[in-house]
Amino acid sequence: MQLFPCPFCGPRSESEFHFGGDFGNLRPEGSDVSASEWSAYLHLRANPKGSSSEVWMHMTCGELFRMDRNTVDNTVNSSAELEDTHR
Amino acid sequence: MTRHYSALSLLKEGLNDQRGWQKAWRSPEPAGRYDLIIIGGGGQGLATAYYLAKNHGITNVAVIERGWLGGGNTGRNTTVVRSNYFFPESVALYDMSLKLYEKLSLELNYNVMLSQRGMVNLAHSPNDLEMAARAVNAMQINGVDASLLSEAETRDLMPLYNDSPTARWPIYGSVLQKRAGTARHDAVAWAYARAADRLGVDIIQNCDVTEFIVENGRCRGVRTSRGDIRAERVGMAVAGHSSALAAKAGFRLPIVSYALQACVSEPIKPALDCIVLSPSTGVYASQSDKGEMVIGGGLDRIPSYGQRGNLPVLEHIISGLLEMFPSFRQLRLMRQWAGIVDVVPDSSPILGESPVPGLYLNCGWGTGGFKAIPAGGTLLAHLLATGTHHEVSRPFDLDRFARGRLIDEAAGSGIAH
Ligand SMILES: Cc1cc2nc3c(=O)[nH]c(=O)nc-3n(C[C@H](O)[C@H](O)[C@H](O)COP(=O)(O)OP(=O)(O)OC[C@H]3O[C@@H](n4cnc5c(N)ncnc54)[C@H](O)[C@@H]3O)c2cc1C
Ligand SMILES: [Zn+2]
Repeated sequence: MQLFPCPFCGPRSESEFHFGGDFGNLRPEGSDVSASEWSAYLHLRANPKGSSSEVWMHMTCGELFRMDRNTVDNTVNSSAELEDTHR
Repeated sequence: MTRHYSALSLLKEGLNDQRGWQKAWRSPEPAGRYDLIIIGGGGQGLATAYYLAKNHGITNVAVIERGWLGGGNTGRNTTVVRSNYFFPESVALYDMSLKLYEKLSLELNYNVMLSQRGMVNLAHSPNDLEMAARAVNAMQINGVDASLLSEAETRDLMPLYNDSPTARWPIYGSVLQKRAGTARHDAVAWAYARAADRLGVDIIQNCDVTEFIVENGRCRGVRTSRGDIRAERVGMAVAGHSSALAAKAGFRLPIVSYALQACVSEPIKPALDCIVLSPSTGVYASQSDKGEMVIGGGLDRIPSYGQRGNLPVLEHIISGLLEMFPSFRQLRLMRQWAGIVDVVPDSSPILGESPVPGLYLNCGWGTGGFKAIPAGGTLLAHLLATGTHHEVSRPFDLDRFARGRLIDEAAGSGIAH
């Protein structure tokens, strides 16, 4: 069992967390967003092998946050509250 | 040298101290140029090479594998082959595959040990049973064998299933696909490798593709740990590593890589004749020819390239299994492992040209591409040979995401595998 650090609750069991996608994948704004831009936002993922910046939810407290971790050895480098632009 | 496998050649080589067997495939040095290159020596890549030679007469082909043949998901899967899907597009693909499996041992002169013992998808409530009837109707309309079994008929097939009146997952009935079964995973990879090699394909192991050669926006070959290799077209069948290679070519895919785990018990006497899946626990099991219980379940919940799998999911799978078969509590687990699978939002594969012209994709099989090896190989071979889609692969093009034409089998058939 791995512990993930929630910026609000501290280290908690991995099974309390839910993966929320790439950090920085922002919803396209405006009324003239093309189908391919929408599709890219909805479906395309970086899915990097190695260091990865991601959005996660701690389901217990319901907060979204940013977590930087390594997808090969599963170590966590940092976790932080989301900046206002990413809420 | 003995090449053909038969009772007669077994006898001959038995008398000859087994000294005359020819190697199943060569280990050639990579040439600098081929007509076509396939990255990935799993079942999908090796089948592609075979069908390029067999169906299209193209033999100046290399399969480039970073490790050893079948060392990826092909050699790690729980070997269920079936075509009990919901949407017509999926049934066309997976039943094409099952039909090819049915004659594969003869065609390739290699026993892939296909065992069509039937697969049972359980219904645990009256509502489940209604959905089961809907699934059976869909399959029959799509021309695939399927039948709805009653509780008694289902229990006949698995006498060890939990019959306590307080069981958490009681049986109300089930869906049976009789033609579904298992096949030996390594044998499928080796059979295609041997047949492709014999037709002239170069199979190159221990060769890591690190970059693509792109000229005027077109893929012209690959850079590898053993030098540059050029080709007219390149096919890529690297499963969980598709995003990592796509990044080298400068594009993203609708894929997230997760570990999928499986485990086997110690061997026991025959106790389970069919493959059984509970959609509610996500657990499925079958008994191997050696007698081991082969057990699988849902995906890990954390995207990962670490080929291990994590404990909470394994615990979930085992507790589901014991709820279904309480007597399995006595079994000792012999091995547990994981493979990195390429998960797509609609649980359907991606087949077609990539955003870089000349580079073709066979990926996104996720938790269920072993059953699809013969069809996936046939379809990528068609794409590489002709530059155009086969009618069966057309719906699975990458363009379905922007067109909103997803083929959502997670919702359709409710099965992850
Ligand atoms: C535990 C588990 C259970 C499963 N159960 C089933 C099942 O019951 N039924 C079913 O149908 N499917 C099942 N699957 C899924 C199935 O195993 C896969 O979908 C299928 O094997 C994919 O075949 P492939 O040839 O595309 O991939 P792989 O067999 O993974 O082959 C890809 C190859 O590409 C190579 N590669 C990667 N990167 C590079 C590079 N840069 N250069 C060179 N080579 C590279 C890898 O080394 C690998 O050998 C299961 C998977 C797992 C992990
Ligand atoms: Zn929290």
